[in-house]
Amino acid sequence: MLLEVEDLSVNYGHIEAIRGLTFGVEEGSIATLIGANGAGKSTTLKTISGLRKIRTGRVLFDGKDIAKVPAHERVQLGISQSPEGRGVFPGMTVRENLDMGAYARKDRSSAALKPDFDRVLELFPRLSERINQVAGTMSGGEQQMLAMGRALMARPRLVLLDEPSMGLAPKLIQQIFEIIKEINAQGTTVLLVEQNAAQALRLADTAHLLETGEIVRSGTGHELATDSSVREAYLGG
Amino acid sequence: MQFLFDNFFALTISGLALGAVYALIALGYTMVYGVLQFINFAHSEVFMYGTFAVVWVLYFMGASGTTGPAVYGKFAIALLVAMAVSASVALLLERVAYRPLIRRGAPRLIALISAIGASFMLAEAMGLRDRLVGFVGLDDELAPYVARARDTRGLPLEIPRVGLFTIGDYRVTNIDVIVILSALLMMVLLDQFVRRSRLGRGIRAVAQDPESAALMGVNSTRVVQLTFLLGGIMAGAAATLYMVRIGATRFDAGFLMGVKAFTAAVMGGIGNLRGALLGGFVLGVAENWGSAVIGTEWKDVVAFALLVLILLFRPTGLLGESLGKARA
Ligand SMILES: Nc1ncnc2c1ncn2[C@@H]1O[C@H](COP(=O)(O)OP(=O)(O)OP(=O)(O)O)[C@@H](O)[C@H]1O
Ligand SMILES: [Mg+2]
Repeated sequence: MLLEVEDLSVNYGHIEAIRGLTFGVEEGSIATLIGANGAGKSTTLKTISGLRKIRTGRVLFDGKDIAKVPAHERVQLGISQSPEGRGVFPGMTVRENLDMGAYARKDRSSAALKPDFDRVLELFPRLSERINQVAGTMSGGEQQMLAMGRALMARPRLVLLDEPSMGLAPKLIQQIFEIIKEINAQGTTVLLVEQNAAQALRLADTAHLLETGEIVRSGTGHELATDSSVREAYLGG
Repeated sequence: MQFLFDNFFALTISGLALGAVYALIALGYTMVYGVLQFINFAHSEVFMYGTFAVVWVLYFMGASGTTGPAVYGKFAIALLVAMAVSASVALLLERVAYRPLIRRGAPRLIALISAIGASFMLAEAMGLRDRLVGFVGLDDELAPYVARARDTRGLPLEIPRVGLFTIGDYRVTNIDVIVILSALLMMVLLDQFVRRSRLGRGIRAVAQDPESAALMGVNSTRVVQLTFLLGGIMAGAAATLYMVRIGATRFDAGFLMGVKAFTAAVMGGIGNLRGALLGGFVLGVAENWGSAVIGTEWKDVVAFALLVLILLFRPTGLLGESLGKARA
């Protein structure tokens, strides 16, 4: 297992956002967390990347407990996140945003970054057309692509994607899922959070359904996609 | 009005020199605000400690009576020491008056109050320095020492004024040139650092989106320290140029300069480095012109009336956008 989450609980004040989550992500696989608004999906990702404090439980990355590692050091371990609501740097250009993705890398020379730039621009040709545009003036979908591309610039072993399809046109959603598949095929492990359950389950090797902070179903993507209660509540019958 | 026309170039150029000092101080306010959305009220004291550093270094080097190029050498050393002293005070402030509060989740308003408190403490400590460092015993009669420590301190050495060239009917002096050019140079260096260097990018990233910055691997504690450090260095440079121009300081010299610099920062668009520069120069020149037209005693009124006017028409300041949002 590349990532193991054991009995994880996180609070906001007295509110328990997640309770006793246990799941793992196999190296090289795509895992997904699905669930309704407020189920605790984003909180789970933010806790893995270190932005939220663990109340109880453990997060193991590559077998090591990372609870004590501050957020800004986790990217060096190989964990990279594309945050919810995109979180691009609005005043920086596309190029600068991508550069920020490589901020923590040891090899930061432009020669070393070149292959990664090329790879990202190949995955998202839209970005190369807009390489000098200020991110804050780009459309929502373009910012989404930029956030994903930026997360890849760190050359992560595990990439956490928080609702990459949010607010996108259907055609673009299809594209984004293709790209996620491609990223995974190039060797990056993916943990995907999605409202768009049908698509996510089609892609995922393993899937977990969250309800009010707890995992209520786990299985392969296919198993959850065919589970009658999941179908009813999340896939429109 | 006639006085303004007769002395137009003199007023403008000395206004630019004054504005250069405002601008250098304003950078500290604006950078810390850009990263933390917090007004470091004690920044005026960071500047004031720099002015005393200049006085002390020149005394310590036995500077009085120096002549020739050595004068410039001694002021160069004073500049370095003043930058170091101001930067240390700024870092101390961050560590003591700011970081512990924010770490415990205190709102920005609390940090502001803490900074106001720190400002008074630092100013009073300077006003009581003889007593604090033990030159005055606890049982001595305090009043005369306090009075003396609160007097204006002059420099033992001044750069001799030399007229260099003439603009209009004003003979531009070496002091004007030194002050304006060194301030511009410092500002260009800072601007390039923030725009081009990796750490500068880290500063902009934290200013624009602190959580995303952490995800990229930016250590925000270091970035905050760095902003205080850079602000302190700029204030130290401002302090040296101020002493070169004015030649004297006092424990409360920071207050009005701080308020003016803060005004310049807001005028230019708080959070915006180039805005601080523009605001400083506009304020310095406007003050001089205004006092020429309606009288020197109205100088500060002119400055603040101008601020209100500018904010009425451009609520986010002349250049608007914050440090974060400003385009590279
Ligand atoms: N900063 C916060 N302060 C207080 N409560 C929060 C905070 N962030 C999240 N919560 C609460 O924690 C719970 C889980 O939120 P979370 O953002 O993890 O949900 P989510 O599954 O990502 O939802 P969505 O699909 O809408 O993004 C919600 O009840 C939410 O209101
Ligand atoms: Mg969410």
